[in-house]
Amino acid sequence: MADNGTNKMETVNRGDGIGSEKNDHVIEMSHLTKCYGKKVAVNDLTLSIRRGEVFGLLGPNGAGKTTTILMLLGLTEPSGGQATIEGMDCTRDPLGVKSIVGYLPDNAGFYGDMTGRQNLRFTGRLNGLDGQELEDRIETLLKRVDIEYAGDQKVGTYSRGMRQRLGVADVLMKDPEVIIMDEPTLGIDPEGMRKLLILIRQLAVEDGRTILISSHQLQQIQQICDRVGIFIEGNLIVEGTLRELEEHIRKEGSYLLELTVQPLDDQLLGMLYQQDGVKKIEKEGDKFMITSKKDIRPKLTQFLGENGYTVYHLHQRGGDLDEIYRVYFEKAGQADERSSYEKNNKRRGRFGKKQKQAV
Amino acid sequence: MKKITNGAEDSGKNKNRPSEGNLGLHAVGGLSGNGGQVSKARRVSGFTGLYALFRKEMADQLRSRRFLIMLLLIGGTSFASLYGAISELSESTSDYLFLELYTSSGSSIPSFMSFIALLGPIVGLALGFDAINSERQSNTLNRLVAQPIYRDSIIIGKFLAGTAVIAIVIYTMGIALGAIGVLATGLTPDGEEVLRIFFFLTFTVVYIAFWLALAILFSTVCRHSATSALVTIALWIFFSIFMSLLATIIAGAVYPINTYYGQMFNQVKYYTLKLNLNRISPYYLYSEAVTTIMNPSVRSVNVVTTSQLVGAISSYLSLGQSLLLVWPHLVGLIAEMIVAFGCSYVGFMRQEIRTN
Repeated sequence: MADNGTNKMETVNRGDGIGSEKNDHVIEMSHLTKCYGKKVAVNDLTLSIRRGEVFGLLGPNGAGKTTTILMLLGLTEPSGGQATIEGMDCTRDPLGVKSIVGYLPDNAGFYGDMTGRQNLRFTGRLNGLDGQELEDRIETLLKRVDIEYAGDQKVGTYSRGMRQRLGVADVLMKDPEVIIMDEPTLGIDPEGMRKLLILIRQLAVEDGRTILISSHQLQQIQQICDRVGIFIEGNLIVEGTLRELEEHIRKEGSYLLELTVQPLDDQLLGMLYQQDGVKKIEKEGDKFMITSKKDIRPKLTQFLGENGYTVYHLHQRGGDLDEIYRVYFEKAGQADERSSYEKNNKRRGRFGKKQKQAV
Repeated sequence: MKKITNGAEDSGKNKNRPSEGNLGLHAVGGLSGNGGQVSKARRVSGFTGLYALFRKEMADQLRSRRFLIMLLLIGGTSFASLYGAISELSESTSDYLFLELYTSSGSSIPSFMSFIALLGPIVGLALGFDAINSERQSNTLNRLVAQPIYRDSIIIGKFLAGTAVIAIVIYTMGIALGAIGVLATGLTPDGEEVLRIFFFLTFTVVYIAFWLALAILFSTVCRHSATSALVTIALWIFFSIFMSLLATIIAGAVYPINTYYGQMFNQVKYYTLKLNLNRISPYYLYSEAVTTIMNPSVRSVNVVTTSQLVGAISSYLSLGQSLLLVWPHLVGLIAEMIVAFGCSYVGFMRQEIRTN
């Protein structure tokens, strides 16, 4: 893996390069770019998503996730590049794309003075369903998302979690091959979230639908995603399975060790600093956060044991998405700072608002 | 996944999709079982979406409280004006007594015609001022544009549904008024009168549809429905009250008639300019047109000199001739409506729709 130090995309798994097995890639984006004035919302994005997988598009607010989704749906025109879904060009044939892609927008709205059923019926009609088929589908979907009991209540009375589930039913009305969800887990209580995540996973595993989820909530997403892509300031920093990303970080030599011991003394600090590859030691409460280039656990435990320290907590971070996210985010930030610190600041100032909107 | 597709070579029109019955409720086995079957391409035609939208908008409008209030407003004023007209009817000398029910004003109550000219815009405004921005506010618009419908069918559907509601209200009200008139006075309309009333009501529908289009335009441009309502109300007041003042001022500035010479040379030009400026206002255009239609004794809508009147026979105009006089008005009103709707159409199509 070439590490050229730029914050351009580093494809972790090159095995599934574009065009290797065309049939297997439902969504393909190549050099997709979108600019708003001078601000680049999405920069040269090349990404393929396989059939039946759950892909998580992760990134902070304003990273360009929603813009990417809008381009996929043909709702906004890319400034450059091309995106196709099932071979249909997203810009030229938005209707074809929209008939097989279900989109659950961030904070999906429904007509509050209509009941859940009526809302679904309307969506079904827009998708060319009618008669018994339409009614049957509404029933099955209400059952599936578990809000059958509220089907005849006005949506205005729904809780946020219920609305989100209605949103899933709404997306499924057209029986889509591809489902795109924008921040689906935002503002839902833990139990509702758990149910939603199970449902999303089912949609992929049992139904074989391809699912693209955009989110900045890493914890939930990592539970259900097959692959993730980390998106920062319009650039896809990295993509791959969680395991691949983890390994990638390892190779980069970025380990973060959490350590709580008694007693905390100078001898310990001295020893830690002497270790090969230790880059940084920070103290968080009574916890040491040790950043190092290689795994220092073997030497450390030996030292601690020999000198009579009591270990309360020792944890090597890196296995979870939070850590991956942190590392890549830091890397992107540093590269940015180095290259154009001032310019960047200026730009953020001017387009700060727009950036927020672009989420 | 065993779901077989025709792949990229297939222009994407015919997809192998899981059969509809499946609905993904069964596990993988169900899907793969149908894998080879080419299901019908669910390419929804643009018309399906438009029809679904039209139906929903229409139902929304008719069920809304707003519609009820509007109906009461128009109904109340209509019957008040009818009452006034009936009480004045005995003094009328016109040959078209039945039309007087619509046009004559009682002692202190304006006629149905002038009521509609003034209040009609409110109807259009009420139906359209939040057409787009309320959908945007409630985040339903982005869900809507993700459906396989042409984006323009959203705005066209709204406009058509609004116009249909307007037509229902206006024709019903006009016919009800006539019916009550027949019952109350015993007058019966002859064929020409019925036709004149029909054209009057048609003009009214076009006039109100213009206001609907204008309201939709501002609902597309403005983020908040309150803003769009205010802007439309401002335009309504401007066109019905201030436009004539403005026309007088401009015409007076261009062709001054305050001196003797000015009066000699400029008078015709002054009046013509003033008239033409006034006619920019849909309110004036509509008033002029319906006055001509509903009052057969109106022989000209332009400035007429005394010499032109020499030898003119004092009689009523036939329906055909009346229509010929106001033909440009109808075209003008429709043009204004199309411009307003066209602007909102273009504005809407160019907007990027995302979550607030």
